[in-house]
Amino acid sequence: MTGTNPTVAPPNPDGALATSVSSSAPGGLVKSVVELDRVVIRLAGDSGDGMQLTGNRFTSETASFGNDLKTLPNFPAEIRAPTGTLPGVSSFQLQFADHDVMTPGDAPDVLVAMNPAALKANLAELPGGGLLILDSDEFTPRNLAKVGYATNPIEDGSLEGWQTVSVPLTSMTTDALKDSGLGKKEAERSKNMFTLGLLSWMYHRPTEGTIRFLERQFRRKPEIAAANIAAFRAGYNYGDTTEAFAVSYEIKPAPMKPGRYRNISGNQALALGLVAAGQRSGLPIFLGAYPITPASDILHELSRHKSFGVRTFQAEDEIAGIGAALGASFGGALGITTTSGPGVALKAETIGLAVMTELPLVIVDVQRGGPSTGLPTKTEQSDLLQAMFGRNGEAPVPVIAPRSPGDCFDAAVEAARIALAYRTPVMLLSDGYLANGAEPWAIPDADSLPDLTPAVAFATEPNGEDGEFLPYLRDEETLARAWAIPGTAGMQHRIGGLEKADRTGNISYDPANHDFMTRTRQAKIDGIAATIPPTDVEDPDGDARVAVIGWGSTYGPIGAACRRIRSSGRKVAQIHLRHINPFPADLGEVLARYDRVICPEMNLGQLALLLRAKYLVDVQSHTQVRGMPFRSAELAAVIQDAIDTADPAAANSTAVNPTAVNGALQ
Amino acid sequence: MTTVELGMPDAPTPIDAAIARSLEQHGPKQTELKGKDFKTDQEVRWCPGCGDYVILNAVQSFLPSLGIAREDMVIVSGIGCSSRFPYYMNTYGMHSIHGRAPAIATGLAASRPDLSVWVVTGDGDALSIGGNHLIHALRRNVNMTILLFNNRIYGLTKGQYSPTSEVGKVTKSTPMGSLDHPFNPVSLALGADATFVGRAMDSDRKGLTEVLRQAAEHQGTSLVEIYQNCNIFNDGAFELLKDPATGPMWTIPLEHGKPLVFGPDGASCVVREDFGGLRIAETNQVDPSEIVVHDATREDPSYAFALSRLSSQDLRYTPMGVFRKVRKPSYEAMMAEQLDEARLQGPGDLDALLAGGDTWEVKA
Repeated sequence: MTGTNPTVAPPNPDGALATSVSSSAPGGLVKSVVELDRVVIRLAGDSGDGMQLTGNRFTSETASFGNDLKTLPNFPAEIRAPTGTLPGVSSFQLQFADHDVMTPGDAPDVLVAMNPAALKANLAELPGGGLLILDSDEFTPRNLAKVGYATNPIEDGSLEGWQTVSVPLTSMTTDALKDSGLGKKEAERSKNMFTLGLLSWMYHRPTEGTIRFLERQFRRKPEIAAANIAAFRAGYNYGDTTEAFAVSYEIKPAPMKPGRYRNISGNQALALGLVAAGQRSGLPIFLGAYPITPASDILHELSRHKSFGVRTFQAEDEIAGIGAALGASFGGALGITTTSGPGVALKAETIGLAVMTELPLVIVDVQRGGPSTGLPTKTEQSDLLQAMFGRNGEAPVPVIAPRSPGDCFDAAVEAARIALAYRTPVMLLSDGYLANGAEPWAIPDADSLPDLTPAVAFATEPNGEDGEFLPYLRDEETLARAWAIPGTAGMQHRIGGLEKADRTGNISYDPANHDFMTRTRQAKIDGIAATIPPTDVEDPDGDARVAVIGWGSTYGPIGAACRRIRSSGRKVAQIHLRHINPFPADLGEVLARYDRVICPEMNLGQLALLLRAKYLVDVQSHTQVRGMPFRSAELAAVIQDAIDTADPAAANSTAVNPTAVNGALQ
Repeated sequence: MTTVELGMPDAPTPIDAAIARSLEQHGPKQTELKGKDFKTDQEVRWCPGCGDYVILNAVQSFLPSLGIAREDMVIVSGIGCSSRFPYYMNTYGMHSIHGRAPAIATGLAASRPDLSVWVVTGDGDALSIGGNHLIHALRRNVNMTILLFNNRIYGLTKGQYSPTSEVGKVTKSTPMGSLDHPFNPVSLALGADATFVGRAMDSDRKGLTEVLRQAAEHQGTSLVEIYQNCNIFNDGAFELLKDPATGPMWTIPLEHGKPLVFGPDGASCVVREDFGGLRIAETNQVDPSEIVVHDATREDPSYAFALSRLSSQDLRYTPMGVFRKVRKPSYEAMMAEQLDEARLQGPGDLDALLAGGDTWEVKA
C-alpha cells in the first residue's frame, strides 16, 4: 500500500487508493468526493484557541462514524504562554482510517494552523504537497513579528511546496455571529468551532454529536451554546457552498469486531478499570492523590463515581496521598494512589511500608519527561527502573504496563488482581501519550470481567495451632499473608515497617529470620509469574530471526514499524510485555529463539538493561527521549538495518520506503 | 455497633461479611473490659523510668471506660520512642513510617467511620518530619485522636534537639546551643483551626485521663499534647511543672466555666489585654470581673490561642487541660454523606458507566 495525500484539486495524482466521485453541491457548484483509506490531521493553534477541544470533538465524530483512529494531543506545560508565541503552541494530531491503525501517524497530511506561531512550529513536519489550512486573519504584522517572520508566508511564496488554503477563519466566525449579541472578542473564541465545522464537511463527519455536546457543555449559558453551534454550522456550510474547497473526502468505516464501541482516553480507561476492579472485588475504592500532570484526570474521573462507593481524597501532598490509601487498605478497602514520576519519588518510603506490611495497593504512575520536574506534559518511559528499584532495601514490587489507551482499563483490573491476591503494592506504568491519547474501545460486558472476589478472602478465624491469629502465616500457593481487617474480633494484631517475624508478624531482628523474610517477599512476587499469560509474540511468518521487544505505549509505533517491515518482504517478530515484574515465565526461552533482539524505548535503555541482566541476551537498545512517541518509519529503518545485517540476503527484499511516512502502515 | 456503615449498596461487602462472621463466632461486641485486656504479650521496651510507661498505663486503665471493643480500635504511629506504643496495645495497630501516621490514619478513618482511630506520635515525628500531615489532619477534622508525646528531644536517635526544644539547647548536634525557635504544639494546632486541643502531664494520671476522655469523645480530630519526660536524654525537662514546690506556681489548670485563677492560694490569675491577648496578673490587684472565665467552646480560636501564648519556652505559666473543644462536621461523615447523596438515584451501574455517553454499534 502506498500513502495518499488529500488534495484540493482532484484527481489525486498519487491516488492509488483515491477514487473520485463528482456531486452537485447546493448553488450549482460541482464538488467532488475523493475516497481515501486514511488521513492524518494536525490542528495547531495558540493554547487559548481550544485546539484540544476541537481535536477531541473531531475524534468523537470520527469514532462514532466508525473509523479506527489514534490521537496525539501535544500541549505546553504553561496554561497560557504569551499569546501568539512559539512556546504557546498547542496541537492535536489524529489519524483515522478505514482499517486498523496503530499510531496517530508520523506526520500529518493536513495541517490546520490558526496563527503564524502554529505554522512555524509545525510546518517542517508537513510533507511537501500536504494540505495547509491557515487562518489568514491572524497573519498580521504583529503576530508575524512575534515569531520572527520578516514577510508574510501567505504572500511571499514560501508556502508554494504545499497546497495552501488561506481562509479568514476569525472574521468569518465573527460575521456569522454578528447577530448573536456576543461581543467581538467573545465571538472570536468560536473560531475553533467554525474550523471544526469546515473539517467536518471536508471529511464527511457526522455533526449531531458535536451539537449535542455543545448544548450539554454550555447548558447554563445558552447564548454561548447557540453561538458555538452557529459557528460550527457556518464552517460546515462554508465548505459546502464556496469555491475554496472543491473536494471533500470520504474514509469508509473500518472493519471492527462486532460490538458496542466508544471513544476513550487512557486516563479515562484507567479510572474506569479501577472502578470495575472495586465492583468485581466487592471492595470499596479509596483513592488518595495529589494533583499532578498528566495523572490528575484519573482523580477527576474517579471523584465523579461516588455512587460506586468510590472515595477520593485530595491529599496535602504525594506522601499523604499514598499514606491515606495504605491506611484505607489496612481497613479493607482497595487503596489506590495516582501520580507521575516526581510523585513516585516522594511515595517511595510508603511503598516500602506496603511491601513490609504486605497490604494491597495500586500505584499508578502516568510517566512524563524527567528527571525532576522535567517535561510535565510530554511522554516518556523513564520511570521503569524507579518502579522496579526506587526504594530502600530489597523491596520487590510487581510492575505492569498498558499498551494502548483502551488497554489501560484491562491493565488497571490486572493491577488490582495482583495487589489483592498477593497483598502487595503494584506499580501500574502508564504514560502521557496513553493518558491523553484516545482510540475506539470495545465496551466490555461487566459480567465478563475477572471475578476478583476470591482474591479478597479476609481472615476471620485464628489460624495458629494455639488458637492465635498469625498475620504472617502464608497461603502455600501465593505466599500471600493472612489479611484480617479491624473490626474482626479476636484477630487484633500489629503490623509495621520493622522486620517481621515469620508467622507471628512480631518485631524480629533475628538475622536468619530477616534473610528468610527477604527471600520470601521476593519469592512471593516472583511467583506471580505462575498466573500471568505466556509472552505475547506476534510473528505471522513464524520463522523470524529478529525480534523487537517493547513495553507500554510503544506497542503502536513498534507494531506499525513491523507491518512496514513485513510488507517489504522481511520477517520480524513483535514481543510486547504487559508484565515487567515478574516477566512471563517463558520470556528467556522466547528471547533465545532470535538471532537479534531490538528494544525500542522512550528512555535510555531501561528494559534492555533488565533483559540483559536477567537473560544474558545481547539486546540492542534503540532509544529516544524527545517527549513524543516513536515515529514508525524511523523504527522500521532501525529494524530493517538489524535484519539486513543479520541476514544479508534479506537486503535484496524491497527497501522499506523511508519517505512513505504517511503510508497506511502506521 | 453491629454492622459497618460503609454506605455501600445493599449487597454486603467483604468487609461487612468478615465482621458478620466474627460476630457469629464471638457473639456481640465485648465492650466491658478491664485495663489488662488491652495489654499484649509483647515485652515493653522503653528505657526504665521513661514517661511513656506512665502514659501507657494511664491509657490502658482508662480505655475500658470508653466502652469500645478492642477490635474496633486502631492505633497508628510513626517513628520514634513513643511510636512503639501500638505493639503494647491489644487492638489493631500500625507502626508506620516517620511522620506519616496522621495521613495513614486519615485514610483509615475516612474509609471506616465505624472504627475508633488513634494516632500516637512524638514531637519530632509530628512537628518536624510530619508537620505537614499534622496541620492538614487538624484542619480537615477527620474523626481521630492524636496523642503527641512531647519530650522536647530526639530520643530514639540518641539525643538531638527537637522542634520543641528551647533555643540554646546543647545537644550532640548542637554543641554550641540550638538556634531554631521552637514550636508550641498547642499554638500550632490552634493555628490550624483544630476543633479539639488539650495538654496534659505524663505523671498526672487524673488530669491526663480527663483530657484523654474528652478527646476520645470528641467527634473530629483531637490533639492532646502530653508532656513526657525522657529520663535518658532530657531528664527533668518538665520538672518546673512537676515539682510540688514550683508546679502550682507555674501551672494554669483549665476548667471549662471556671475563672482562671491559679498558684498558691490562687494568687495569680489571667486577665484580658489589649489586641485580644491575655496576661497574668496578681489576683488581689484586679477586679474579679476582669478575671477570665475559661470557655473551651468558643468558636473563634483566638482566645484559646492567646491562652497558649501565656507560657514561655521555660514552661512558666503553662495552661494544662482542654484549650478548645468545638463542634464541626467531621470529614468522614461528610464524605459518607456525599456517597449517600450520589447513590440517591440508585447504586452505580457498571455497564452503564463503561458505556458512557456516545457509543456506536458495529454489526456482525
